[in-house]
Amino acid sequence: MQEFLQYLFSGVTNGAIYAVIALGFSTLYSATDLINFAQGEFVMLGALVLVTLWSQAHLPLWAAFPLTVLLVAAFGMVFERVAIRTVRKPSPILLVLITVGASIFLRGVAMLIWGKDAYSVPAFSKTQAIEIGGAYLLPQSLWILGIVVLLVVGLNLFYHRTLTGKAMQACAINKRAASLLGVGTQKIALLAWGLSAGLGAVAGVIIAPITMSSYDMGTMLGLKGFCAAMLGGLGNFWGAVVGGVLLGILEAMGVGYASSSLRDAIAFFLLLLILYARPTGILGKASTQRF
Amino acid sequence: MLEIRNLKCYYGKIQALSSVTLSVAEGELVALIGANGSGKSTLLQAVCGLLPGWEGEILFKGESLKGLAPPPIVARGISMVPEGRLIFGPLSVMDNLRLGAYLRYRQRDHFGIRQDLDRMFVMFPVLAERSKQAAGTLSGGEQQMLSIARALMARPRLLLLDEPSMGLAPLVVKQIFKTLAQLRSQGLTILVVEQNAQAALAIAERGYVLETGRMVLTAGAAELLEDEEVKRAYLGKDYSQFTDGRE
Repeated sequence: MQEFLQYLFSGVTNGAIYAVIALGFSTLYSATDLINFAQGEFVMLGALVLVTLWSQAHLPLWAAFPLTVLLVAAFGMVFERVAIRTVRKPSPILLVLITVGASIFLRGVAMLIWGKDAYSVPAFSKTQAIEIGGAYLLPQSLWILGIVVLLVVGLNLFYHRTLTGKAMQACAINKRAASLLGVGTQKIALLAWGLSAGLGAVAGVIIAPITMSSYDMGTMLGLKGFCAAMLGGLGNFWGAVVGGVLLGILEAMGVGYASSSLRDAIAFFLLLLILYARPTGILGKASTQRF
Repeated sequence: MLEIRNLKCYYGKIQALSSVTLSVAEGELVALIGANGSGKSTLLQAVCGLLPGWEGEILFKGESLKGLAPPPIVARGISMVPEGRLIFGPLSVMDNLRLGAYLRYRQRDHFGIRQDLDRMFVMFPVLAERSKQAAGTLSGGEQQMLSIARALMARPRLLLLDEPSMGLAPLVVKQIFKTLAQLRSQGLTILVVEQNAQAALAIAERGYVLETGRMVLTAGAAELLEDEEVKRAYLGKDYSQFTDGRE
């Protein structure tokens, strides 16, 4: 029981992070029909920019956090303007390839700026780990869960309570119809890029205290987030959350009860399984056909 | 109000419209009829900015619409009720209507928007009853009413409708066209594209007949209803009615 609880805690923590990355994928996909394979690199940028702001600029973490997210979100929007919108004949496959190229490029640039070293930042608070039923829950896990819950609630409010959020949903449903009502679909796409890059950055910031951050951390995290998004149903808001948490828990259980070398294999095994059994994801509608 | 001169549209190398000329005066209800693939929808898409790259002239209130995307065209006062309705199914009826007033929200015209919402609910009481329901759960006719109401929420000067009768029961079609006649009497200028020539010409002042990308006929609506060629081709009366029983 004690073991199980311990695995569950670590699984939910990782799962919450996967969920944020998956939300980044889904936000962008539903607004622009695009899968951004550089999403993991936004996570990496979030972690490393935080490291720099904290250790070089000596900002306290509470100030460095929002600043990092804003910087990475702005970078995501610049990326859309420079690399995506300028494509003369945008076909989905071409745009996806551009994001693959961007991920390699960003990793290279990050290696030039931050080197190959791994960095760490302290936890958000210095309190002791909490004992529950013999298992230990790290305070950083509570921070992560709290921030992710806030983020999910906030995003949900944005989508359902604001006109811009509704316009974004409208674009996801039918871009032509939205533009006929006067919704600037390009502006919405730009906003979606900023939002999804910002979500990536949040994942990077909250993961930084519990892992070592380096230029190449984004690849695996991005793929895990992608698995989570596919698991729940790509483009589905709650699907991303459910997929992320489920992936985190299954991964932790697999590592705990079987072998730690299975860690990454589990995610991709699940991805294959869901692609065979239910390609639209757990929460995705069976009839949803986007291609 | 709307002045189209010598309009040419292409899909790749295929010419969908060749030298089409059409005009709609202020306060007029004009019907554009023609068979499948005659270029009716193409013409509307060119006007509302969905189909860039046309040649010729499209003037709205004397100003060219060349090079404009749909949002600025909506801002100038042209709203379109697209073919197939294209309502946002997962969103509520209310949200669909609100999105119709998207540009006016951006101009903070909250008072006017509330007035117009009330106006829509008077015109289409069924939408008021279902305002919280997901729009996708409405029947076809109700969805068409929602699509029209959504377009009206932008407070257009000119309303374009692409096949509003498509897939609807005759009784519902009647109701939709009654609404259009009512809107016209309130001073709205309307251009309606239809395969259902009978229904469209019954309420229109003038009509145009489009055939494979060319304007073949234009006349008053009453005249077109009586025109032998139109009767044969678009009013569902075949040759036998003209040849049989004439001896």
